[in-house]
Amino acid sequence: MEELHVEIPSRPQGRTRDAVLVGVVASGHCEILLERRAADAVPDRCIVTVHTSAHGFGPIWGAVLDDCAERHALGGLKIEIHDVGATPAIVTLRMAQAIEAWEEAHG
Amino acid sequence: MTNQLKTWDKRRRNRTRRLERAAPYATGRHVRAEHVEALLHAIIEPADRVCLEGDNQKQADFLARALARLNPSRVHDLHMVQSVVALPEHVDLFEKGIACEIDFSYSGPQGGRLAALVQAGKIRINAIHTYLELFARYFVDLTPNVALIAAESADAAGNLYTGPNTEDTPAIVEATAFHDGIVIAQVNEIRETVPRIDIPAGWVDFVIVTPRANLIEPLFTRDPALISEIQVLMAMLAIRGIYAEYGVRRLNHGIGFDTAAIELLLPTYGAELGLKGKICTHWALNPHPALIPAIEAGFVESVHCFGSELGMERYVAARPDVFFTAADGSLRSNRAFCQAAGHYACDLFIGSTLQIDLHGNSSTATKGRITGFGGAPNMGADARGRRHESPAWLQAGEEARAGAAVIARGRKLVVQVVETFREGMEPTFVERLDAVDLAQTMGLRNPAVMIYGDDVSHIVTEEGIANLLLCRNFDEREQAIRGVAGYTSVGLGRDKRVVEDLRRRGAIRRPEDLGIARRKATRDLLAARSIKDLVHASGGLYEPPSRFRNW
Repeated sequence: MEELHVEIPSRPQGRTRDAVLVGVVASGHCEILLERRAADAVPDRCIVTVHTSAHGFGPIWGAVLDDCAERHALGGLKIEIHDVGATPAIVTLRMAQAIEAWEEAHG
Repeated sequence: MTNQLKTWDKRRRNRTRRLERAAPYATGRHVRAEHVEALLHAIIEPADRVCLEGDNQKQADFLARALARLNPSRVHDLHMVQSVVALPEHVDLFEKGIACEIDFSYSGPQGGRLAALVQAGKIRINAIHTYLELFARYFVDLTPNVALIAAESADAAGNLYTGPNTEDTPAIVEATAFHDGIVIAQVNEIRETVPRIDIPAGWVDFVIVTPRANLIEPLFTRDPALISEIQVLMAMLAIRGIYAEYGVRRLNHGIGFDTAAIELLLPTYGAELGLKGKICTHWALNPHPALIPAIEAGFVESVHCFGSELGMERYVAARPDVFFTAADGSLRSNRAFCQAAGHYACDLFIGSTLQIDLHGNSSTATKGRITGFGGAPNMGADARGRRHESPAWLQAGEEARAGAAVIARGRKLVVQVVETFREGMEPTFVERLDAVDLAQTMGLRNPAVMIYGDDVSHIVTEEGIANLLLCRNFDEREQAIRGVAGYTSVGLGRDKRVVEDLRRRGAIRRPEDLGIARRKATRDLLAARSIKDLVHASGGLYEPPSRFRNW
């Protein structure tokens, strides 16, 4: 397994709620866990940890996560991704589903 | 002065000699199965051009196995001409020295063995063709001396019933029978009366009843359970951004899960958009089970088929308004005419591929395999001989020539639908096709390209639609391709400013530009999510082959 850590600037996410989990840990897929960071965390940055079975795709992860952070309000969130060879298309889709689930709940 | 010394009926005399040699093994047209090798030894001469019916689905497998058992010292250096190299025996012929050269269209599972034989110098591949192109050459410079064909049944006189899987047989027999060739048919049974006469007895020389029915592969069945959300998203893009946009009523789908997703979204997403009756009314298509819900929902007026599809016989017979059937209800397919239909009578082709380069050239050629492309080059080509107008054709033509000083003409929509990454994170978009490097190993001068970039009108990926018709030069075309190539190195190499400009002009459209929310792209949108759902949608008429029965 390869592990990647990044901290990315993103618009602050206003809502607060319990953790959100989307996706599955299965070949070609990934699971994404969204949680609120500690109260004293910087509101306009998110931290992302990726555990992936596919090695050597660091730069692509960086590009995908940068675009997600630009597209969605992820600031103040902690994101954990368990990946089993999902393509960027799947990761992008799951991230959109995760943040939609987060924003639908009432804090 | 007449040329009194030249013989003008050499072929006919030669045919007579062959038939005389075969006479001891036949009663009228009928030959017993145990005499098949003796018959073939009698009929076939060294260096003959032999068409062994290896269609896309139907195989004259009994005759193939018999041919592969012949004595290479008696029958050798054969020139094989056939649509598909499908069976191991098709390749065994070359390993054994019975055959030495081949012209074909597609090879699928035998692609690896073909490549190995080319490397070993045991086979000469003269050319890879698209199906209609190969049939065309049967009438010019590739006329078979002997055709080994497969039919379902024959009557005592030798009339043949080829049934739903008629496929290539009429084209093969027409060329062979009318130029002094010999036609040998394997049939599953003799019947007192055949349901209809597909091949008249006068065009057939020998009929052999086989112990087992001929092999037919269910190549066009796609289990909806395997369709992914990304494929649903791309199907939504195609329907909204292309089918609805141009008003595409007449079309062909290349086989695949991407196109099966489109078929299954018509009764749901297509209906939501109010498109029933406005798109997808007339098809050149095999009877895909995935099309059942769209047919039942009233989207489809007509389907002409290249072949049949195992398990669809009863459904087709129950829908004679839609399909081309005989009075007995059974389907009549015809690959040659369906390919012609796909070329000239359809406004759109859409299919998938393995690689696309910066010009839009598309190929499935990969290292270590020689497979060919079947019908795709014919379907996915602008029909420059076409003259009749349709709204989609006119609109595409206008977009293609906007601003250029060329005479007005229409243009076929040729769409490639692909995910930016394939399995194992292999990028679909590449700077250089593998096919370019493979040309030499295949013994060809030109790379094996499935669809040329200047025929491609649109590329659909999970990132959106690139409309190459609206690109005014090679630079814009390259950036439009990069603009939908996602996070592949081709995609990451995009000029963001040019891509933004292309998006403003509509040459690139993202899902959100078409009102498509990515999150709405779920499997719930599919009109059927399993084979069982398809059986239910057909009212029990669809009978999937056992390998698809998973409940």
